[in-house]
Amino acid sequence: MNTTLIGDTLIVFGRELRPVLRDPFSVVFSLAQPLFFLALFAPLIPAAGGTAETLQWFVPGLIVMSCLFATSSTGSNLQFEMQTGAHERMLVSPLRRPALIIGRALKEIVPTFAQAALLIAVTIPFGFRPDPVGAILGLLLLCVFCVGLGALSYTLALASRNQEWVFWGVQQTLLFPLLLLAGMLLPVDNGPEWLRVLSRFNPLTHVVEAERALFDGRLLAPEVAAGVVAAVAVAAVGLFIGTRAMRRATG
Amino acid sequence: MIETQNLTRHFTVNKKTVEAVRGIDLRVEAGEMVALLGPNGAGKSTTLRMLTTLLPPTSGTARVAGFDVTTQDREVRRRIGYIGQGNGAGHSQRGRDELITQGRAYGLSAAAARERAGELIASLGLTEVADRIVSSLSGGQRRRLDIAMGLIHAPGLLFLDEPSTGLDPQNRANLQEHIRRLRAEHGTTIVLTTHYLDEADHLAERVVVIDHGRIIADASPERLRSEHAGDRITLTFDHAEEARRVAAHPPGLIEGARIEHDGTRVVIEATGGARLVPELLRILEKENSAVVSVEVVRPTLDDVFLNLTGRSLREDGADLPGTTGGKDEVA
Ligand SMILES: Nc1ncnc2c1ncn2[C@@H]1O[C@H](COP(=O)(O)OP(=O)(O)OP(=O)(O)O)[C@@H](O)[C@H]1O
Ligand SMILES: [Mg+2]
Repeated sequence: MNTTLIGDTLIVFGRELRPVLRDPFSVVFSLAQPLFFLALFAPLIPAAGGTAETLQWFVPGLIVMSCLFATSSTGSNLQFEMQTGAHERMLVSPLRRPALIIGRALKEIVPTFAQAALLIAVTIPFGFRPDPVGAILGLLLLCVFCVGLGALSYTLALASRNQEWVFWGVQQTLLFPLLLLAGMLLPVDNGPEWLRVLSRFNPLTHVVEAERALFDGRLLAPEVAAGVVAAVAVAAVGLFIGTRAMRRATG
Repeated sequence: MIETQNLTRHFTVNKKTVEAVRGIDLRVEAGEMVALLGPNGAGKSTTLRMLTTLLPPTSGTARVAGFDVTTQDREVRRRIGYIGQGNGAGHSQRGRDELITQGRAYGLSAAAARERAGELIASLGLTEVADRIVSSLSGGQRRRLDIAMGLIHAPGLLFLDEPSTGLDPQNRANLQEHIRRLRAEHGTTIVLTTHYLDEADHLAERVVVIDHGRIIADASPERLRSEHAGDRITLTFDHAEEARRVAAHPPGLIEGARIEHDGTRVVIEATGGARLVPELLRILEKENSAVVSVEVVRPTLDDVFLNLTGRSLREDGADLPGTTGGKDEVA
């Protein structure tokens, strides 16, 4: 009867992933999404060094973005299960509270790994050169950050309870400024002073910069350290708030 | 198994405080089978959700299976099973998968969980639908799946929140059988809530009546009946005149009983009424009052509730399954 946090997480993760795997259409559809962004945004980016350099800058950001979209909506699936009794049934089981959050977040992350692989495969012919070790480390770093984000999304779902529009309203209102401030799709370097300052305070900025450094193969760059700190901090804060919200929820 | 002290829960809704549970003191010994009975909104689910660690109490304490529900919640969760009022299976999941996941969550090995899931699927009549997606199941099939999930780890203490709501009579009987067997074979302690008066009556040895968040009675169904409601004897006469006479000058035998008179009928409510009938008829015959027919109705738990609170459990209408399910038992 001895269980572990990892075992518990795998149980939740397995449960969440099962319906996704049974519905391959949705997976294929989600795979195509970042390709649209690539096709529509990459040409807009001002780069002196041509396509290869643009991709080197743009693709890591795009990978972060797909993961962000997926994990920040974790809570939406939860809301539905809160309305039935499925969430309550998981809560009353001895599964560890953080496992309920991490398992759900990981389920959102896994498809984004497939997206990342596809993006890389598609852009290599155009000159994108990811460092293999750096890319793997980058994806792991992304996992850490996105678990934190998933936890916050979970908290938001608990807080907005049965009001879906509140959930989506808050999620969109927070996500897009964070995304833009992080210089994910368009660089903020040429923006006004206040924008650049604000951008420094956005943990996502540091994660994106760390990803770019890692994909470039600059594994020991200071950006990487900053990104790790930012990701771990977001994960820790997210899990703390998430498990606390779960204990206090009156749902 | 369960011991609560002044267990209380308030909710704040639109800045108003709802006192859902107001100081419940409840003690349940190992092996007991207890039914919580009460109208909609009485606080049954809230009580159960506090006992199962799903909801922190506003004040008061509860120890369940030897552990405190607020400070040792995980220990409590490992030792109990809970079948909530809602449906526990995810809509996009398959029943069998959910059962196996549930078993794994309680620490069963994959093989053991699979085997146990198979057993429960067979015994709850879910064989045909277990491998279908849950959203395609009927309400009763989903309910049985919930029950299977609650039983998968054979808990020593099982909470069921309206387990039989939505089940047809045959499946209700089947569920009751399951619950009885659990107790007989494993000595499981069972706490359930129900709207079905006859279910509380037949299944539980102890009925805790809850109203407005308080326990207002706590005894075996027989005791509740004999203390809080009498048998109802309906005598029908040939003429209204005779009925009136009997109602006005009742035989000494039924002194103290509640007597009502309506047309040609006289309704007498008396404790142990069924045993009074032969003697009563003899007396009336001597008095030349011709009784055309006699009907004796044993009191239901609804009568008990009515006498305790002045309200019927059934009066608030159609959403109460007990309206049809718990209909009169005629002795
Ligand atoms: N999460 C909640 N937030 C606010 N109020 C609640 C909440 N849960 C229950 N209540 C209120 O507490 C009271 C008791 O509710 P509870 O669900 O315990 O009743 P119940 O006895 O289970 O009723 P039913 O027979 O309808 O299931 C009700 O007035 C209900 O509106
Ligand atoms: Mg209820």
